[in-house]
Amino acid sequence: MRAVLEARALAKRYGHTWALRDCSFSLPGGHVVALVGPNGAGKSTLLHVAVGLTQPTAGAISVLGNPAPSDPKSLMRIGFVAQSAPLYRTFSVADMLRLGRAMNPRWDDAYARDRLARLNIPADRTVGRLSGGQQAQVALSLALAKRPELLLLDEPVADLDPLARHEFMGELMAAVAEHGISVVLSSHAIAELERACDYLVVMGSGKVKVAGEVAALVEEHLLLTGPVSTAADTATSRTVVRQSLAGRQATLVVRGISRRALPPGWRERRLSLEELILAYLREPEASALPGPQELILAAETH
Amino acid sequence: MTLGKQTETNTGSALLLEFHLDPHTGVPPYLQLVHQVEGAVRLGTLGADDQLPTVKAVVSALAINPNTVLKAYRELEHRGLAIGRPGLGTFVRESISYRPAPERQMLRDTFAAWLQSATAAGLSEAEVRALVEAELIAARSAKGAA
Repeated sequence: MRAVLEARALAKRYGHTWALRDCSFSLPGGHVVALVGPNGAGKSTLLHVAVGLTQPTAGAISVLGNPAPSDPKSLMRIGFVAQSAPLYRTFSVADMLRLGRAMNPRWDDAYARDRLARLNIPADRTVGRLSGGQQAQVALSLALAKRPELLLLDEPVADLDPLARHEFMGELMAAVAEHGISVVLSSHAIAELERACDYLVVMGSGKVKVAGEVAALVEEHLLLTGPVSTAADTATSRTVVRQSLAGRQATLVVRGISRRALPPGWRERRLSLEELILAYLREPEASALPGPQELILAAETH
Repeated sequence: MTLGKQTETNTGSALLLEFHLDPHTGVPPYLQLVHQVEGAVRLGTLGADDQLPTVKAVVSALAINPNTVLKAYRELEHRGLAIGRPGLGTFVRESISYRPAPERQMLRDTFAAWLQSATAAGLSEAEVRALVEAELIAARSAKGAA
Protein backbone atom coordinates (compact mmCIF):
# COMPACT_ATOMS: atom_id res chain seq x y z
CA MET A 1 0.00 0.00 0.00
CA ARG A 2 1.26 3.49 -0.75
CA ALA A 3 2.78 5.67 1.95
CA VAL A 4 0.44 7.69 4.16
CA LEU A 5 3.27 9.67 5.71
CA GLU A 6 6.69 10.20 4.24
CA ALA A 7 9.55 12.40 5.45
CA ARG A 8 12.85 13.23 3.82
CA ALA A 9 15.63 14.77 5.95
CA LEU A 10 12.95 16.56 7.93
CA ALA A 11 14.23 19.04 10.52
CA LYS A 12 12.62 21.47 12.92
CA ARG A 13 14.50 23.84 15.18
CA TYR A 14 13.03 25.80 18.09
CA GLY A 15 15.63 28.41 19.04
CA HIS A 16 18.80 26.43 19.70
CA THR A 17 17.02 23.09 20.10
CA TRP A 18 16.45 20.64 17.28
CA ALA A 19 13.06 18.94 17.81
CA LEU A 20 13.53 16.99 14.58
CA ARG A 21 16.82 16.39 12.89
CA ASP A 22 17.52 14.56 9.64
CA CYS A 23 14.32 12.59 10.11
CA SER A 24 13.51 10.25 7.21
CA PHE A 25 10.92 7.49 6.99
CA SER A 26 8.03 6.17 4.96
CA LEU A 27 4.90 4.78 6.64
CA PRO A 28 2.80 2.42 4.52
CA GLY A 29 -0.98 2.71 4.62
CA GLY A 30 -3.37 0.22 6.18
CA HIS A 31 -1.57 0.05 9.49
CA VAL A 32 -2.03 1.19 13.04
CA VAL A 33 1.34 2.82 13.62
CA ALA A 34 2.73 3.37 17.10
CA LEU A 35 5.05 6.34 17.43
CA VAL A 36 7.04 5.87 20.62
CA GLY A 37 9.90 7.67 22.26
CA PRO A 38 10.77 9.64 25.39
CA ASN A 39 9.54 13.17 26.03
CA GLY A 40 11.27 15.54 23.67
CA ALA A 41 11.94 12.84 21.08
CA GLY A 42 10.08 14.87 18.46
CA LYS A 43 6.82 12.90 18.26
CA SER A 44 4.46 15.84 18.75
CA THR A 45 6.54 18.07 16.48
CA LEU A 46 6.39 15.44 13.77
CA LEU A 47 2.59 15.17 14.02
CA HIS A 48 2.25 18.96 14.06
CA VAL A 49 4.37 19.25 10.92
CA ALA A 50 2.24 16.54 9.28
CA VAL A 51 -0.96 18.57 9.74
CA GLY A 52 0.59 21.90 8.82
CA LEU A 53 0.45 23.39 12.33
CA THR A 54 4.24 23.83 12.26
CA GLN A 55 6.51 24.61 9.33
CA PRO A 56 9.65 22.46 9.09
CA THR A 57 13.02 24.24 9.22
CA ALA A 58 14.38 21.95 6.50
CA GLY A 59 13.48 18.82 4.57
CA ALA A 60 10.15 17.67 3.20
CA ILE A 61 7.10 15.77 4.35
CA SER A 62 4.24 14.40 2.30
CA VAL A 63 0.91 13.27 3.70
CA LEU A 64 -1.30 10.90 1.69
CA GLY A 65 0.92 11.71 -1.28
CA ASN A 66 0.44 15.48 -0.91
CA PRO A 67 3.70 17.39 -0.34
CA ALA A 68 1.91 20.41 1.18
CA PRO A 69 0.37 19.35 4.52
CA SER A 70 -1.35 22.69 5.16
CA ASP A 71 -3.24 22.42 1.84
CA PRO A 72 -6.97 22.31 2.74
CA LYS A 73 -7.46 19.47 0.26
CA SER A 74 -4.97 17.42 2.22
CA LEU A 75 -6.35 18.43 5.62
CA MET A 76 -9.85 17.33 4.60
CA ARG A 77 -8.59 13.77 4.40
CA ILE A 78 -6.82 13.76 7.77
CA GLY A 79 -8.21 13.54 11.27
CA PHE A 80 -6.00 14.95 14.00
CA VAL A 81 -6.44 14.78 17.76
CA ALA A 82 -3.86 16.85 19.62
CA GLN A 83 -2.70 15.97 23.12
CA SER A 84 -5.21 16.04 26.04
CA ALA A 85 -8.42 15.94 23.95
CA PRO A 86 -8.49 19.54 22.67
CA LEU A 87 -12.12 20.65 23.07
CA TYR A 88 -13.80 23.89 24.10
CA ARG A 89 -14.65 23.19 27.73
CA THR A 90 -17.59 25.61 27.91
CA PHE A 91 -19.21 24.20 24.75
CA SER A 92 -21.83 21.49 24.93
CA VAL A 93 -21.21 18.25 23.02
CA ALA A 94 -23.88 19.39 20.51
CA ASP A 95 -22.02 22.72 20.08
CA MET A 96 -18.82 20.82 19.29
CA LEU A 97 -20.69 18.82 16.64
CA ARG A 98 -22.12 22.03 15.16
CA LEU A 99 -18.61 23.45 14.98
CA GLY A 100 -17.34 20.29 13.28
CA ARG A 101 -20.19 20.41 10.78
CA ALA A 102 -19.50 24.05 9.92
CA MET A 103 -15.78 23.51 9.45
CA ASN A 104 -15.63 20.23 7.56
CA PRO A 105 -17.06 19.69 4.08
CA ARG A 106 -17.04 15.89 4.42
CA TRP A 107 -18.68 15.93 7.88
CA ASP A 108 -20.90 12.95 8.72
CA ASP A 109 -23.23 14.27 11.39
CA ALA A 110 -25.41 11.18 11.73
CA TYR A 111 -22.31 9.06 12.32
CA ALA A 112 -21.05 11.36 15.08
CA ARG A 113 -24.46 11.47 16.79
CA ASP A 114 -24.96 7.70 16.64
CA ARG A 115 -21.52 7.15 18.01
CA LEU A 116 -21.94 9.47 20.98
CA ALA A 117 -25.40 8.07 21.72
CA ARG A 118 -24.02 4.54 21.70
CA LEU A 119 -21.32 5.61 24.17
CA ASN A 120 -24.00 7.22 26.40
CA ILE A 121 -22.49 10.69 26.11
CA PRO A 122 -25.31 13.25 26.46
CA ALA A 123 -25.33 15.88 23.68
CA ASP A 124 -26.48 18.67 26.01
CA ARG A 125 -23.68 18.13 28.54
CA THR A 126 -20.92 20.77 28.70
CA VAL A 127 -17.56 19.36 27.64
CA GLY A 128 -15.91 20.49 30.90
CA ARG A 129 -18.35 18.33 32.87
CA LEU A 130 -17.54 15.12 31.00
CA SER A 131 -15.08 12.58 32.41
CA GLY A 132 -11.59 12.37 30.87
CA GLY A 133 -12.55 9.18 29.08
CA GLN A 134 -15.71 10.77 27.66
CA GLN A 135 -13.79 13.83 26.49
CA ALA A 136 -11.33 11.58 24.69
CA GLN A 137 -14.25 9.73 23.05
CA VAL A 138 -15.81 13.04 21.94
CA ALA A 139 -12.50 14.15 20.43
CA LEU A 140 -12.19 10.79 18.64
CA SER A 141 -15.79 11.00 17.39
CA LEU A 142 -15.18 14.51 16.00
CA ALA A 143 -12.03 13.33 14.21
CA LEU A 144 -13.83 10.25 12.80
CA ALA A 145 -16.88 12.24 11.66
CA LYS A 146 -14.59 13.98 9.16
CA ARG A 147 -14.41 10.56 7.49
CA PRO A 148 -10.62 10.73 7.32
CA GLU A 149 -8.36 8.37 5.42
CA LEU A 150 -5.60 8.97 7.94
CA LEU A 151 -6.02 9.58 11.65
CA LEU A 152 -3.20 11.15 13.66
CA LEU A 153 -3.45 10.98 17.45
CA ASP A 154 -0.99 12.63 19.82
CA GLU A 155 -0.85 10.79 23.17
CA PRO A 156 -4.56 9.91 23.05
CA VAL A 157 -4.62 7.79 26.22
CA ALA A 158 -1.98 9.53 28.36
CA ASP A 159 -4.51 11.16 30.71
CA LEU A 160 -6.91 8.22 30.93
CA ASP A 161 -7.40 5.58 33.61
CA PRO A 162 -6.87 1.92 32.57
CA LEU A 163 -10.56 1.23 31.87
CA ALA A 164 -11.01 4.41 29.81
CA ARG A 165 -7.80 3.56 27.94
CA HIS A 166 -9.12 0.14 27.06
CA GLU A 167 -12.47 1.55 25.93
CA PHE A 168 -10.81 4.25 23.86
CA MET A 169 -8.48 1.80 22.12
CA GLY A 170 -11.42 -0.58 21.58
CA GLU A 171 -13.43 2.16 19.86
CA LEU A 172 -10.42 3.16 17.78
CA MET A 173 -9.84 -0.43 16.66
CA ALA A 174 -13.53 -0.82 15.79
CA ALA A 175 -13.27 2.28 13.57
CA VAL A 176 -10.20 0.81 11.89
CA ALA A 177 -12.04 -2.49 11.31
CA GLU A 178 -15.11 -0.72 9.96
CA HIS A 179 -13.58 1.98 7.75
CA GLY A 180 -10.06 0.74 7.04
CA ILE A 181 -8.51 4.00 8.24
CA SER A 182 -4.74 4.26 8.61
CA VAL A 183 -3.75 5.40 12.08
CA VAL A 184 -0.59 6.94 13.52
CA LEU A 185 -0.62 7.41 17.27
CA SER A 186 2.07 8.55 19.65
CA SER A 187 2.09 7.06 23.11
CA HIS A 188 3.99 6.13 26.24
CA ALA A 189 1.63 3.30 27.12
CA ILE A 190 3.53 0.42 25.59
CA ALA A 191 1.17 -2.27 26.93
CA GLU A 192 -1.80 -0.83 25.02
CA LEU A 193 0.28 -0.50 21.88
CA GLU A 194 1.39 -4.10 21.83
CA ARG A 195 -2.14 -5.31 21.17
CA ALA A 196 -3.38 -2.53 18.96
CA CYS A 197 -0.50 -1.51 16.73
CA ASP A 198 0.97 -3.53 13.91
CA TYR A 199 3.65 -1.04 12.88
CA LEU A 200 6.25 0.57 15.10
CA VAL A 201 8.31 3.74 14.84
CA VAL A 202 10.78 4.42 17.66
CA MET A 203 11.97 8.02 17.88
CA GLY A 204 14.76 9.55 19.93
CA SER A 205 16.56 12.89 19.80
CA GLY A 206 14.54 14.01 16.79
CA LYS A 207 15.33 10.98 14.65
CA VAL A 208 13.73 7.69 13.73
CA LYS A 209 15.73 4.90 15.35
CA VAL A 210 13.82 1.97 14.00
CA ALA A 211 10.65 1.48 11.99
CA GLY A 212 8.86 -1.57 10.69
CA GLU A 213 6.01 -4.02 11.04
CA VAL A 214 5.78 -5.24 14.62
CA ALA A 215 5.71 -8.93 13.67
CA ALA A 216 8.81 -8.56 11.48
CA LEU A 217 10.70 -6.53 14.09
CA VAL A 218 10.01 -9.08 16.82
CA GLU A 219 11.13 -11.80 14.41
CA GLU A 220 14.36 -10.01 13.48
CA HIS A 221 15.69 -9.07 16.91
CA LEU A 222 17.39 -11.39 19.35
CA LEU A 223 18.72 -11.07 22.86
CA LEU A 224 22.08 -12.80 23.19
CA THR A 225 23.78 -13.51 26.51
CA GLY A 226 27.20 -15.01 27.04
CA PRO A 227 30.72 -14.52 28.41
CA VAL A 228 32.31 -11.08 28.06
CA SER A 229 35.48 -12.68 26.65
CA THR A 230 33.75 -13.66 23.41
CA ALA A 231 31.36 -10.66 23.19
CA ALA A 232 33.37 -8.82 20.54
CA ASP A 233 33.60 -12.00 18.47
CA THR A 234 29.84 -12.54 18.74
CA ALA A 235 29.21 -8.94 17.71
CA THR A 236 31.39 -8.88 14.59
CA SER A 237 28.95 -10.58 12.23
CA ARG A 238 25.85 -9.00 13.75
CA THR A 239 24.18 -5.60 13.93
CA VAL A 240 24.26 -4.68 17.58
CA VAL A 241 21.47 -2.42 18.82
CA ARG A 242 22.54 -2.39 22.42
CA GLN A 243 25.13 -4.09 24.55
CA SER A 244 25.62 -4.14 28.28
CA LEU A 245 28.12 -5.82 30.55
CA ALA A 246 27.49 -7.10 34.05
CA GLY A 247 30.48 -8.81 35.67
CA ARG A 248 31.55 -11.54 33.27
CA GLN A 249 28.28 -11.65 31.37
CA ALA A 250 27.59 -9.66 28.24
CA THR A 251 24.10 -9.00 26.89
CA LEU A 252 23.61 -8.01 23.28
CA VAL A 253 20.46 -6.99 21.49
CA VAL A 254 21.05 -7.70 17.81
CA ARG A 255 19.09 -7.21 14.64
CA GLY A 256 19.10 -9.66 11.78
CA ILE A 257 19.70 -13.38 11.96
CA SER A 258 23.36 -14.23 11.50
CA ARG A 259 24.47 -17.38 9.76
CA ARG A 260 27.51 -17.58 11.99
CA ALA A 261 27.04 -19.91 14.93
CA LEU A 262 27.17 -18.46 18.42
CA PRO A 263 30.42 -19.06 20.33
CA PRO A 264 30.25 -21.59 23.20
CA GLY A 265 28.38 -20.42 26.29
CA TRP A 266 26.07 -18.06 24.38
CA ARG A 267 22.28 -18.28 24.47
CA GLU A 268 19.67 -16.49 22.42
CA ARG A 269 16.00 -15.65 22.80
CA ARG A 270 13.36 -13.41 21.25
CA LEU A 271 12.48 -10.06 22.79
CA SER A 272 9.04 -8.84 23.70
CA LEU A 273 7.96 -5.65 21.96
CA GLU A 274 8.52 -3.72 25.17
CA GLU A 275 12.09 -5.03 25.55
CA LEU A 276 12.77 -4.19 21.93
CA ILE A 277 11.53 -0.62 22.33
CA LEU A 278 13.53 -0.16 25.53
CA ALA A 279 16.69 -1.46 23.88
CA TYR A 280 16.46 1.29 21.26
CA LEU A 281 15.49 3.97 23.76
CA ARG A 282 18.28 3.14 26.21
CA GLU A 283 21.03 3.39 23.65
CA PRO A 284 21.17 7.00 22.43
CA GLU A 285 23.30 6.07 19.42
CA ALA A 286 21.39 2.92 18.45
CA SER A 287 19.70 2.82 15.12
CA ALA A 288 18.59 0.09 12.79
CA LEU A 289 21.30 0.90 10.30
CA PRO A 290 24.21 -1.52 10.25
CA GLY A 291 27.70 -0.15 10.66
CA PRO A 292 28.92 2.08 13.43
CA GLN A 293 27.47 0.01 16.29
CA GLU A 294 30.16 -2.59 15.90
CA LEU A 295 32.84 0.06 16.27
CA ILE A 296 31.18 1.43 19.37
CA LEU A 297 31.05 -2.03 20.85
CA ALA A 298 34.69 -2.72 20.04
CA ALA A 299 35.70 0.59 21.61
CA GLU A 300 33.73 -0.09 24.76
CA THR A 301 34.93 -3.61 25.37
CA HIS A 302 38.57 -2.53 25.31
CA MET B 1 -28.24 -22.33 8.93
CA THR B 2 -31.34 -21.43 10.83
CA LEU B 3 -32.78 -18.02 10.19
CA GLY B 4 -33.59 -17.43 13.82
CA LYS B 5 -30.01 -17.89 14.90
CA GLN B 6 -28.80 -15.56 12.16
CA THR B 7 -31.10 -12.75 13.26
CA GLU B 8 -30.11 -13.15 16.88
CA THR B 9 -26.39 -12.90 16.26
CA ASN B 10 -26.70 -10.01 13.86
CA THR B 11 -28.49 -7.82 16.38
CA GLY B 12 -25.63 -8.60 18.73
CA SER B 13 -28.04 -9.53 21.53
CA ALA B 14 -26.84 -13.10 21.71
CA LEU B 15 -23.07 -13.24 21.43
CA LEU B 16 -22.23 -16.91 21.34
CA LEU B 17 -18.64 -16.50 22.36
CA GLU B 18 -16.72 -14.01 24.41
CA PHE B 19 -12.98 -13.95 23.81
CA HIS B 20 -10.35 -13.32 26.49
CA LEU B 21 -6.68 -12.58 26.08
CA ASP B 22 -4.01 -13.51 28.57
CA PRO B 23 -0.98 -11.26 28.04
CA HIS B 24 1.32 -13.48 30.11
CA THR B 25 1.10 -16.88 28.40
CA GLY B 26 3.52 -16.13 25.59
CA VAL B 27 0.94 -17.59 23.18
CA PRO B 28 0.36 -15.06 20.36
CA PRO B 29 -3.01 -13.31 20.67
CA TYR B 30 -4.31 -14.66 17.34
CA LEU B 31 -3.56 -18.22 18.47
CA GLN B 32 -5.35 -17.64 21.78
CA LEU B 33 -8.48 -16.72 19.77
CA VAL B 34 -8.08 -19.86 17.64
CA HIS B 35 -7.76 -22.05 20.75
CA GLN B 36 -10.84 -20.48 22.32
CA VAL B 37 -12.98 -21.22 19.28
CA GLU B 38 -11.60 -24.77 19.12
CA GLY B 39 -12.34 -25.24 22.80
CA ALA B 40 -15.88 -23.94 22.45
CA VAL B 41 -16.53 -26.26 19.50
CA ARG B 42 -15.10 -29.26 21.39
CA LEU B 43 -17.23 -28.49 24.43
CA GLY B 44 -20.28 -28.03 22.26
CA THR B 45 -20.93 -24.40 23.25
CA LEU B 46 -20.42 -23.58 19.57
CA GLY B 47 -22.02 -25.74 16.93
CA ALA B 48 -22.30 -25.96 13.17
CA ASP B 49 -23.50 -22.74 11.49
CA ASP B 50 -23.05 -20.65 14.61
CA GLN B 51 -21.66 -17.26 13.71
CA LEU B 52 -18.38 -16.17 15.25
CA PRO B 53 -18.35 -12.62 16.65
CA THR B 54 -17.73 -10.00 13.97
CA VAL B 55 -14.22 -8.59 13.67
CA LYS B 56 -15.52 -5.22 14.79
CA ALA B 57 -17.15 -6.70 17.91
CA VAL B 58 -13.96 -8.54 18.89
CA VAL B 59 -11.58 -5.61 18.38
CA SER B 60 -13.89 -3.26 20.19
CA ALA B 61 -14.12 -5.58 23.21
CA LEU B 62 -10.42 -6.51 23.38
CA ALA B 63 -8.84 -3.31 21.98
CA ILE B 64 -6.71 -5.35 19.58
CA ASN B 65 -5.67 -4.80 15.99
CA PRO B 66 -8.27 -6.05 13.46
CA ASN B 67 -5.56 -8.01 11.64
CA THR B 68 -5.16 -10.21 14.73
CA VAL B 69 -8.80 -11.32 14.46
CA LEU B 70 -8.61 -11.71 10.69
CA LYS B 71 -5.53 -13.88 11.10
CA ALA B 72 -7.29 -16.03 13.74
CA TYR B 73 -10.35 -16.50 11.53
CA ARG B 74 -8.15 -17.34 8.52
CA GLU B 75 -6.35 -19.92 10.66
CA LEU B 76 -9.69 -21.42 11.75
CA GLU B 77 -10.72 -21.67 8.09
CA HIS B 78 -7.38 -23.26 7.30
CA ARG B 79 -7.92 -25.82 10.06
CA GLY B 80 -11.34 -26.55 8.62
CA LEU B 81 -13.16 -25.34 11.72
CA ALA B 82 -14.77 -22.25 10.26
CA ILE B 83 -15.93 -20.91 6.95
CA GLY B 84 -16.11 -17.30 5.81
CA ARG B 85 -19.26 -16.25 4.01
CA PRO B 86 -18.62 -12.97 2.17
CA GLY B 87 -20.84 -10.20 3.44
CA LEU B 88 -22.27 -12.34 6.25
CA GLY B 89 -19.40 -13.26 8.55
CA THR B 90 -17.47 -16.29 9.70
CA PHE B 91 -19.34 -19.44 10.74
CA VAL B 92 -18.51 -22.69 12.46
CA ARG B 93 -18.28 -25.62 10.04
CA GLU B 94 -20.07 -28.84 10.57
CA SER B 95 -17.15 -31.12 9.94
CA ILE B 96 -15.83 -31.57 13.47
CA SER B 97 -16.59 -34.99 14.95
CA TYR B 98 -17.52 -35.27 18.59
CA ARG B 99 -17.53 -38.04 21.06
CA PRO B 100 -21.15 -38.89 21.73
CA ALA B 101 -22.52 -36.86 24.62
CA PRO B 102 -22.79 -39.55 27.35
CA GLU B 103 -19.28 -40.80 26.68
CA ARG B 104 -17.93 -37.26 26.77
CA GLN B 105 -19.64 -36.63 30.08
CA MET B 106 -18.15 -39.80 31.51
CA LEU B 107 -14.65 -38.78 30.39
CA ARG B 108 -15.13 -35.36 31.86
CA ASP B 109 -16.23 -36.78 35.21
CA THR B 110 -13.26 -39.15 35.31
CA PHE B 111 -10.94 -36.26 34.61
CA ALA B 112 -12.58 -34.05 37.24
CA ALA B 113 -12.11 -36.83 39.79
CA TRP B 114 -8.47 -37.25 38.74
CA LEU B 115 -7.94 -33.50 39.02
CA GLN B 116 -9.36 -33.56 42.53
CA SER B 117 -6.94 -36.25 43.66
CA ALA B 118 -4.07 -34.41 41.95
CA THR B 119 -4.93 -31.24 43.85
CA ALA B 120 -5.27 -33.22 47.08
CA ALA B 121 -1.80 -34.66 46.41
CA GLY B 122 -0.49 -31.10 46.30
CA LEU B 123 0.04 -30.67 42.54
CA SER B 124 -0.03 -27.06 41.37
CA GLU B 125 -1.98 -25.90 38.34
CA ALA B 126 1.27 -25.56 36.41
CA GLU B 127 2.26 -29.11 37.28
CA VAL B 128 -1.11 -30.46 36.17
CA ARG B 129 -0.79 -28.58 32.92
CA ALA B 130 2.73 -29.93 32.42
CA LEU B 131 1.52 -33.50 33.06
CA VAL B 132 -1.35 -33.18 30.58
CA GLU B 133 0.97 -31.61 28.02
CA ALA B 134 3.55 -34.39 28.50
CA GLU B 135 0.92 -37.11 28.08
CA LEU B 136 -0.42 -35.45 24.93
CA ILE B 137 3.07 -35.30 23.45
CA ALA B 138 3.71 -38.93 24.40
CA ALA B 139 0.42 -40.00 22.81
CA ARG B 140 1.21 -38.03 19.68
CA SER B 141 4.64 -39.58 19.23
CA ALA B 142 3.24 -43.06 19.97
CA LYS B 143 0.69 -42.47 17.22
CA GLY B 144 3.45 -41.27 14.92
CA ALA B 145 5.56 -44.36 15.62
CA ALA B 146 2.66 -46.78 15.08
